[in-house]
Amino acid sequence: MIVLWTDGLIYLLVLASAGLVCYLSRQQHMRRPLKKIAANPVAMASLTLLLCFALIGLADSIHFQAGDSRGNEAVSLLDVACDTMRKHGEKTYSAPFAAHGYAKESIPAPDGSTRWDYPRLQYGGAHLADPETEWVGDVFDKTFSGFSRGAGLMLMVLLLAWGDQHERRRALWRTSSSKAVWATLFLVVSGCYTLFSLSAYYHVLGTDKVGEDVFYQALKSIRTGLVIGSLTTLVMLPLAIVFGIMAGFFKGWVDDLIQFIYTTLNSIPSVLLIAASILMVQVYMANHPENFNSLLVRADMRLLFLCLILGVTSWTGLCRLLRAETLKLREMEYVLAAQALGVKPAMILFRHILPNVMHIVLIAVVLDFSSLVLAEAVLSYINIGVDPTTHSWGNMINSARLEMAREPVVWWSLAAAFAFMFALVLAANLFADSVRDAFDPRRANV
Amino acid sequence: MPQSLLTVTNLTVTFGQTKVVDDISFEIHPGETFALVGESGSGKSITALSVLRLLPNAARMRAQSITLQDQDLLKIPEIEFCKLRGRRIGLIFQDPMSSLNPVMTIGAQIAEVLQLHFQLTQKQIRQRVLELLKQVEIPEPERRVNEYPHQLSGGQRQRVMIAIALAGQPDLLIADEPTTALDVTIQAQILDLLKNLQQQTGMALWLISHDLALVSNIADRIAVMQNGKIVETAETGEFFRQARHPYSLKLLAALPKIESCLGKQAEAKPALLKVEDFKVYYPIRKGVFKRVVGHVKAVDGVDFELRAGTTLALVGESGCGKTSMGKGLLNLIPSHAGRVLFDGEDLSQLSGEALRKQRAEMQIVFQDPFSAMNPRMLVGDIIAEGLVSLRPGGSREEKQNRVADLLKQVDLPADAALRYPHEFSGGQRQRICIARALAVEPKLIICDEPTSALDVSVQAQIIALLKNLQARQGLSYLLITHSFGVVAEMADEVAVMYRGKIVERGLVEQVLLRPSHSYTKTLLAAVPKLRAG
Repeated sequence: MIVLWTDGLIYLLVLASAGLVCYLSRQQHMRRPLKKIAANPVAMASLTLLLCFALIGLADSIHFQAGDSRGNEAVSLLDVACDTMRKHGEKTYSAPFAAHGYAKESIPAPDGSTRWDYPRLQYGGAHLADPETEWVGDVFDKTFSGFSRGAGLMLMVLLLAWGDQHERRRALWRTSSSKAVWATLFLVVSGCYTLFSLSAYYHVLGTDKVGEDVFYQALKSIRTGLVIGSLTTLVMLPLAIVFGIMAGFFKGWVDDLIQFIYTTLNSIPSVLLIAASILMVQVYMANHPENFNSLLVRADMRLLFLCLILGVTSWTGLCRLLRAETLKLREMEYVLAAQALGVKPAMILFRHILPNVMHIVLIAVVLDFSSLVLAEAVLSYINIGVDPTTHSWGNMINSARLEMAREPVVWWSLAAAFAFMFALVLAANLFADSVRDAFDPRRANV
Repeated sequence: MPQSLLTVTNLTVTFGQTKVVDDISFEIHPGETFALVGESGSGKSITALSVLRLLPNAARMRAQSITLQDQDLLKIPEIEFCKLRGRRIGLIFQDPMSSLNPVMTIGAQIAEVLQLHFQLTQKQIRQRVLELLKQVEIPEPERRVNEYPHQLSGGQRQRVMIAIALAGQPDLLIADEPTTALDVTIQAQILDLLKNLQQQTGMALWLISHDLALVSNIADRIAVMQNGKIVETAETGEFFRQARHPYSLKLLAALPKIESCLGKQAEAKPALLKVEDFKVYYPIRKGVFKRVVGHVKAVDGVDFELRAGTTLALVGESGCGKTSMGKGLLNLIPSHAGRVLFDGEDLSQLSGEALRKQRAEMQIVFQDPFSAMNPRMLVGDIIAEGLVSLRPGGSREEKQNRVADLLKQVDLPADAALRYPHEFSGGQRQRICIARALAVEPKLIICDEPTSALDVSVQAQIIALLKNLQARQGLSYLLITHSFGVVAEMADEVAVMYRGKIVERGLVEQVLLRPSHSYTKTLLAAVPKLRAG
């Protein structure tokens, strides 16, 4: 097993969030908001979807050495699961579910002559003898059988759960949120099953310029998106929160200094900083080739540094918001009362200010999450984003950008990246919304 | 029986499942002053808003009929109703700060109403605006017309609000707590103005208030509202002679009375707090280097003495420096000069850890129980906060017991510790604040307007609780207030503050009944008193 830098950080993150959930569920007064989230069907459905994404991301974060045909590159659990997709590479573009190539080329016939036509794909629809007549029936057939197998599996699980005679657990199944969870799981599992079983025969989302399966790319990109979203936030949050509430609370020279720092940082175009630091990393890696002996490790290092530098350049906005809110909160009488009770400033910040600005933090984080994934796409465009060999929605969009003007248009890369990003960001937004509402005691009975 | 101006029959307003206004009927006659009295949450403001169709979105309203003269207000389409609001029914809100647009001159804001409802030329409008400002007795209307709301005082702003309401020459003026946010002397002026205007224009005045004493001086008829129901309607004179409904009686009994100061004796006790030449200045800073160019003198050389186990009341209007004084004494804001001797120890010399330790001796209870508690902390943690910081040590269990004990002292159930502040009513929250202050076993509690955000009946309970605690634990109070009723109920001695200085000091009976300083006399004269019979 190989542990990359970002892998390690992801494991830590998972452990930390598991610990947090455990801690929260033990606190008596925290059970109510948690129950409230659990009772909200939208929140639970989004959480299920988020967990599915996280699961795929995690599966993609467990790397090990593969002794297969591709040499000694490390592969992840996801690669193994998608082995057929990974290896079924075509020559170049092909449309979703196509059996023929995207562009005409000269095909040598058995009699020695050549013919100018759309070539058959090497893998997509290769099992069909005559695509023109069999194609529609075969796609429907394969879709149906895949779906029914996935649905059958889910139904079995459901029946097992339903058969559980324990009275308390029976009651749990009847709530609307658990129905929402099951419905989401049902759709995701049977949908995935269908797509996976189809992708053994077709490229369900087509192939890209070098003939790689787009569905596989989109799945691999989930990890990149999650890493950029979560690690960058992890870098950004402490800076924004600590500086923001300190500036607002202490005022005076502390405030002046922090304001000076973030106005300076804000006035430097962040693209410059990012470009500089990515260059630095590249130079470092070139000078120490012994530490970065595989493509994967290099790409991973670059991703990590991109997260770091994005975090360093993007904390100023949230910091300013928090400073303003703290300026308001420090005049509240409960802060005065705490001072009168001899509570130390650090404790006031931690107990009175921080919990009351958390709603802003939560909203800002979720909104930033989507813009960070997009920022990665923009940076890829000027070649300072993630490594070109790393699968990411940004790279997918970037490579699809050039093909938008072609006729017939190559839409599938863009559409796949868009659909995956949309699902992830929407789920994150809906979930964060209900978390914010649940943890606001003033809205407890709304 | 004269024909009524506004008739409301069987009005019900609901928010979700809760009935806020419950099947009420009343009528207002032309030219009369009708007062709707009730405690907060009784539905009086909602009643006015539903007549004007200005209810919040969540509210649902049902009524048999609402008629203004012969017009059925329920049947008028919204576009017609817009012409009626401001033209035939005027409205004044409680808070003149937030009801005026800060970026428009007051002249423009009055003119807006005129343009909306009358066909006038620019010249006529200006003429009329000046007339209105003169009518509401704003001095130098020619100059004031071009000023912005922040340039006016609170009372003047309320006058402008009245001018805006009068601009449409309404038949009915609804005044929703028109003087609650104002000082007593200003309050008296505004009420006089409303009375005069009513006599001049012959409009009807619908006054919404929580203050029975105020209402007794101005209203012709009074309706008492409780939990969305009108429990009693009567002519003012009759109401105060013999109110019938138990709730009305309870309201009347709960009013703090100046007479209750009679017979309080000065006891010879040692001084707990001695303040000499105390000053709190706020620096005015200007320029790049924030040089101090001057000072706002909030408290300007104050001397007084507070005896152990007694209550000293600091009385004064808003802006006289009484709150700055309380915060300055606690070192929550820096004081400029002076000596504060607490139990013989000079507080102004303390700093750092010594000051922090000393905080256990003096505590504060704030005016607004809503903002005085962190909404995201449990009540138990709020009360235990002082214990943790100033009386460390002791197991978790001991702390829990102490919190339960404190909750019992302020008459709250022990399970309150696991709830959030917003689940409690205003009075209950003030009890929690008192419990928080008591937790560190202070000798002195500074009560900064402890009851002014509360309803009369709750106010009486809090006063009783504070007095009870004083009797049992020998606490001393420095009571900061603007209400002479509360002073009479609680204080042993009174100091009257005016512009940062104490102008009169003495035993409560002497100051309230035989004031010597002219300012004290003005203040006392402005206090609305129950009109006898």
